[in-house]
Amino acid sequence: MNYFYEMKKGGRIAVDDTILIKDAPSSAGSKMLEGFKPLFSAEAVTRLEEKGYEIAGKTHVGEFGLDLVGEFSYYNTQSGTLKGALAEAVLTGEVKAGLAVDMNGSPRRCASLSGVSFLKPTYGTVSRYGIISCAASGEQLGVYASSASDISEIMSVIAGHDSKDGTSLPDEKYDYSFNKDTSKMKVCIIKELYDMADEDVKKEIDSYVLALKNKGVQIDEISSSIFEVANTAWQILMCAETCNNVSRYDGVKYGHRSKEYRNIDELYVNSRTEGFNFLTKAVILYGSDCLSKAKYKDLYDKSLRVRRVVKEEIEKILSSYDAILTPVCKKSSYEAYDIKDAFEKVYKESIFTSVANLIGIPALSTGKLQFLGKHFDESTLLSLSCCVERKGE
Amino acid sequence: MNYELVIGLETHVELDTKSKIFCSCGGHSAANEPNDCVCPACSGMPGMLPVMNKRVVELAVTAGLMLNCEISRYTTFDKKNYYYPDLPCAYQITQLNHPICTNGCVSVKTSDGTRDIRIKQIHMEEDAGKLVHGGNHSYVDFNRTSVPLIEIVTQPDFRSAQEVVTYLNKLKSMFRSGGISECEEGAMRCDVNISVRPEGSEEFGVRTEIKNMSSFEAIEKAIHYESQRHIDAIEFETEELVQETRRYDDASGKTFAMRNKETEADYRYFPDANLMPIIIDDEWLEEIKANKPAAVDEKAEEYMAAGIGEEEIEMILSSQKLTKLLDDTIALGANPKDTAIWILTDCAGILRKDGKTLSDLSISSKDLAAIIKMVESGTVNRISGKKILIAVIEDGADPEKFCKENGLDKKVDTSMIDSVIDEAIKANPQAVADFKGGKTKAIQALFGACMKQLKGAGDPMVIKARLEEKMKEQ
Repeated sequence: MNYFYEMKKGGRIAVDDTILIKDAPSSAGSKMLEGFKPLFSAEAVTRLEEKGYEIAGKTHVGEFGLDLVGEFSYYNTQSGTLKGALAEAVLTGEVKAGLAVDMNGSPRRCASLSGVSFLKPTYGTVSRYGIISCAASGEQLGVYASSASDISEIMSVIAGHDSKDGTSLPDEKYDYSFNKDTSKMKVCIIKELYDMADEDVKKEIDSYVLALKNKGVQIDEISSSIFEVANTAWQILMCAETCNNVSRYDGVKYGHRSKEYRNIDELYVNSRTEGFNFLTKAVILYGSDCLSKAKYKDLYDKSLRVRRVVKEEIEKILSSYDAILTPVCKKSSYEAYDIKDAFEKVYKESIFTSVANLIGIPALSTGKLQFLGKHFDESTLLSLSCCVERKGE
Repeated sequence: MNYELVIGLETHVELDTKSKIFCSCGGHSAANEPNDCVCPACSGMPGMLPVMNKRVVELAVTAGLMLNCEISRYTTFDKKNYYYPDLPCAYQITQLNHPICTNGCVSVKTSDGTRDIRIKQIHMEEDAGKLVHGGNHSYVDFNRTSVPLIEIVTQPDFRSAQEVVTYLNKLKSMFRSGGISECEEGAMRCDVNISVRPEGSEEFGVRTEIKNMSSFEAIEKAIHYESQRHIDAIEFETEELVQETRRYDDASGKTFAMRNKETEADYRYFPDANLMPIIIDDEWLEEIKANKPAAVDEKAEEYMAAGIGEEEIEMILSSQKLTKLLDDTIALGANPKDTAIWILTDCAGILRKDGKTLSDLSISSKDLAAIIKMVESGTVNRISGKKILIAVIEDGADPEKFCKENGLDKKVDTSMIDSVIDEAIKANPQAVADFKGGKTKAIQALFGACMKQLKGAGDPMVIKARLEEKMKEQ
């Protein structure tokens, strides 16, 4: 069962449970928000509805989108192979497309493991109004679909300025065309990331690369150590921002409130102890520590400076290449595991995904790989993906 | 030993904007019931994002200009984390690293002389809600949540409670005249940092902070109490002074230490990624400058330069209405010094007869300027001018029409004056005889008769001088 809340049979779009729909239960997969019903819908949902797209329902999501592929939802206890509920709904054709929040690469991993595509667009191009926000400086609402053309269609509806989001960029329209001429394009593979992947993942990437080459795309292998630094910086920023953003879930106003308390401090502590899962608590503790007076300069502040360095480095690479190609996951499938190991596992796996969140560039996950591109250059990523989609033609 | 007080102030002022700082809810002054002015954003619901209210920036910059601050061209917001039920997001959006105004200065004049108070910074932030306690429960009212505030932080430059109160009064009148805040009850709140040191010493003593006071009277009392407590602690070793946060209890007139926890809190400040840095470019700054009303000080200097007396300036500036009337009347070409006197003496006098005050004055600057200019140009004499003023204030008459209808502008030449005087002398032989007999006062009756004949027209001084001449000839 993929749905946390089913709305309309035959609806063409599903959204994950970090995205608000007016009057529909919205919980971000957490007990902390049990029973919470928002008074308004996310801007992206409203824009789709205005264009006549019907929302099929809300799919399960890992608590606050912090886990690997949605394995730790309070409402979905099914075990088995981990793929992500929304990716699966798209794969089976239940819905045409899905909206999800990419904060730490989870939807890109889900897409990769399920065999569909997910586009995390450039930061600021899709309104974050109405998403259960955790890491404001890097999270973006993106689109799952089976093809580049479907992603392009949905992006054209949801992207563009929204005055309700202070980080929304002023442009009304962006280019999501997917049939640019790729024959003269240059793509680089990051050696360090490629080497980290398992053999079966490498094999799939190799065959994809071959297909690209057949289309005339030039592929070079280059070396860069910036991804590891970028990952550490993003994990620090992401945990710190999440710690701050989930602090509003205190049992006072809505959501879960503990039955056991004698004073306000106990109300806070007991409600949050009962409401958050182990991974969220780990993120809160780590994030809080990064923001403490004693460590702020060495952890949070340094990460902000690293962000600038990473941006320069990636821009340098992208000045010689149209896109960067990397794996999305180390493995081609994952089995259920203990939540106590989640923090470390997510941290390690995010090395492939976090650079896009850290510096706000677009990332398109398709098959076992992803393309990273220049700001606002989703069109190149979609076109590269599209030319391989037609490899059998 | 003599001790010197060293005081620094942090003053929170609620801005008079139509909506809150990050959402479109009306300010809490518009609220009747608890949680009247609340939306998903200011009540901390997930999914809502803060959107900057541009007017807040403009008012904060205006305040900075009035306090001679440097205006930051790049300003950012930070989050301050702490849990309290009246803070719905469990963080307050404020400015730590790049406040909007820095390095200002304001002079404070007391009986001990004038002192320059340096302004360290002015920053923008959101207010918190409030808790209401009743029965076994506590309730939260979010009406005040996200109401815009500016916090004005001074350097430790005050040396007396009198200076502090004078400064606060000055801020209040500046902010009122600048449309920044009406500074109503509770809309201006102060944290007072206080220490004492032996006179002549350069080192600072142990500092305590008295939190959240809004009455100036209480602030003055609290400073007196707290400074004496510090002096006693040093002189008589009554207690050991520690750096701490205290609260002032108005009933007992004493200060008490607050939980130590509060001063040690780590607020884990960090930049707010939901709000983009605000860039104040030349164009915007010039626009704000152009819309800024002149500060009280600048106004006073301007008036003084125009020849208006110090006492008159003070009376005019105490009222926004009179300031505007004076400015507008001057702008229409009336002499500044005369205008001030017309308002404060003549208008006030006319109103006083009816038991009213200047706050009831409703004359337009156009009518007032017309009257003053008629007198200045010699069209009518001052007595006639006053007659017109009475008619305008009491009956809403039109100055020019009233003047013509009553013949007040009739030109009076010397031959006309002479003939009127001659007539008066002929008609009052007794008065003439009395004058000759040494009763100089008898000339008053003749003067009155002349004026009556001329219906108030003509320059009284000229008439009087001519009359005296003629009498001597008799």
